[in-house]
Amino acid sequence: MSKDAEILDEFTSKEYEHGWSVDFEADEAPKGLNEDIVRFISAKKNEPEWLLEYRLKAFRHWLTLEEPNWAAVNYPKINFQDIIYYSAPKKQKKLDSLDEVDPELIETFKKLGISLDEQKRMTGVAVDAVIDSVSVATTFKETLGELGIIFCSFSEAVKDHPELIKKYLGSVVPYTDNYYAALNSAVFSDGSFGYIPKGVHCPMELSTYFRINAANTGQFERTLIVAEAGSYVSYLEGCTAPQRDENQLHAAIVEIIVEADAEVKYSTVQNWYPGDKNGKGGIYNFVTKRGICNGDHAKLSWTQVETGSAITWKYPSCILKGDYSVGEFYSVAVTNNFQQADTGTKMIHIGKGTKSRIVSKGISAGHSQNSYRGLVQVHKRAENVRNFSQCDSLLLGDKCGAHTFPYIEVDNSSAQVEHEATTSKIGEDQIFYCNQRGIGTEEAVALIVNGYAKEVLNKLPMEFAVEAQKLLALTLEGSVG
Amino acid sequence: MLKVKNLKASIEGKEILKGINLEVKPGEVHAIMGPNGSGKSTLSAVLAGREEYSVDSGTVEFLGSDIFDLSPEERAREGLFLAFQYPIEIPGVSTTNFMRAAVNQIREHRGLPKLDAVQFLKVMKERMKIVDIDQALLKRSLNEGFSGGEKKRNEIFQMAMLEPKLSILDETDSGLDIDALKIVANGVNTLRSADNATIVITHYQRLLDFIVPDFVHVLYNGQIVKTGTKELAYELEERGYDWIKAEHANV
Repeated sequence: MSKDAEILDEFTSKEYEHGWSVDFEADEAPKGLNEDIVRFISAKKNEPEWLLEYRLKAFRHWLTLEEPNWAAVNYPKINFQDIIYYSAPKKQKKLDSLDEVDPELIETFKKLGISLDEQKRMTGVAVDAVIDSVSVATTFKETLGELGIIFCSFSEAVKDHPELIKKYLGSVVPYTDNYYAALNSAVFSDGSFGYIPKGVHCPMELSTYFRINAANTGQFERTLIVAEAGSYVSYLEGCTAPQRDENQLHAAIVEIIVEADAEVKYSTVQNWYPGDKNGKGGIYNFVTKRGICNGDHAKLSWTQVETGSAITWKYPSCILKGDYSVGEFYSVAVTNNFQQADTGTKMIHIGKGTKSRIVSKGISAGHSQNSYRGLVQVHKRAENVRNFSQCDSLLLGDKCGAHTFPYIEVDNSSAQVEHEATTSKIGEDQIFYCNQRGIGTEEAVALIVNGYAKEVLNKLPMEFAVEAQKLLALTLEGSVG
Repeated sequence: MLKVKNLKASIEGKEILKGINLEVKPGEVHAIMGPNGSGKSTLSAVLAGREEYSVDSGTVEFLGSDIFDLSPEERAREGLFLAFQYPIEIPGVSTTNFMRAAVNQIREHRGLPKLDAVQFLKVMKERMKIVDIDQALLKRSLNEGFSGGEKKRNEIFQMAMLEPKLSILDETDSGLDIDALKIVANGVNTLRSADNATIVITHYQRLLDFIVPDFVHVLYNGQIVKTGTKELAYELEERGYDWIKAEHANV
């Protein structure tokens, strides 16, 4: 019997044990993963029985799966039994002033143009009582509440809105979807839940609230957004500030449900620790993001700026089920040093007259590898589908790589599918031209790269676009010359 | 302002400049003429600091300092401007943003405060008139899809924005019709003052009808073989370069 099958056998044949092998009072689960750990996590979070069942089913399914290896990334084999799957959110040590914070971090904040208050919040420095983050968050919550918008942590949603979670959890990304989705479904820590009722236009970027209230969501984040018919919401995940984490493996799931005539804009700025200059350390970011345009004329738009992580494995996708629904994917992925990114999207056209647009801009520097992987699939009954894909790669230096893997599957001859791809290098001519006008080389690279990525950056909410521009420059510092 | 002494430079082991001597003083306009392949563009590239060329011997003093101690951007910030023969395209970067980055870095270098968006726009509108350039063009990606005339006009607009001490115009007249040529020349003349100097590199005399030089130098086979006034340019126009070549066949 193979080892996997052995483990599977052991777990599926095991009777429910009352004798916990895990100390319930502990703030941290022991290393490794088994059914007891899954039960431990669920119990720690006081979850209802149905959610525990969901986790267990996911876990049992996970045992049957093989770790995927089709992505164009290389990393040492992960020992899934050497990971701690639950630890209680640690209270950040409160500091009295920014002087106590690592000066290197402060320098980065300054370069990104992050406000002093926000710097304090992110580093755990006590904030002035007047703009206390909790009270701001409460105000937001009240405004949203009046409109019937629910926006809270995933755990809260499980307690307060179990009917919604029960209905939608796993409806877009089932636990059977892939290896990391199964893993996340078994052990997810926390995340966010958003619900926009029928016809409601969410008046603020949900990010605003999120950034102020960013909780320690842990390594297995779970996000669920439901936009009822005719509603609108713009959601922003992540932040430009460098994120460090002790956990190397991150496997998140994002599920989005967009009903008829509704629109969801989901923007991500990802800047997890990418490892050092020699490629040591860094986060492995294996994410499953998918949304479904359930009703007619629904629209889902993904925008992502990926600059961090040692490895990024991520394909925000749209299932275009409703007729005339629209899916969009705008992406800038930057890799430097020894970073690897394999990212792209899937546009699944099921409804008739559905449209999708893909704009992917890869930027590779150093020894990094950057791949675009995308699927455009047109189903048999999807009449008059249109897709346009533009995949550009920009290379800085000659030790990095850019790859494009477009998959196109068309089962309906009325479809119009276009794919354009370009690869270019930042030319010495361009840099010299900038230099000759008095612009230094670092600034020249920033200018050229931001120009290249402009189409995508323009899709970000205004205040974030500015930070993202600076972030691109910062990520590529020292990569030329 | 500029003192070039016995400058020798090569690319990939091939000697192009074989001992150039040239002195340019404030307020002067120098024209450098010469047949194709004589080293005109190499001279401008070496002065601006292109890395592909190696400087083998000789000295160049710019505003009192050794130009080879300065990086290309430092030379630019000190006041050296090169109008490119083939201006470079930078997709997604508008001329406006490009100039804003340049103006502010130069101002920083000179210890002046940066211009905010409003101040910058004011200066820009003023300088746009000098070369009669449309603001719509300045919002487009730098040089991308520009016509030949638009590119050259854009170079002179940049010159107007950066207020250089020494401008080198590298074949700015090539590919221009007479109207565009007049606009470009008019721009250059408007910017002329007693404090700045211009080197006009050209193949034809035509441009010099509009930008009247104080000195005309003939560059041939990597050396300045003749220096005169604008009359020399007329002579070249009439007789071509063959007599120069014949006179210096043994050089």
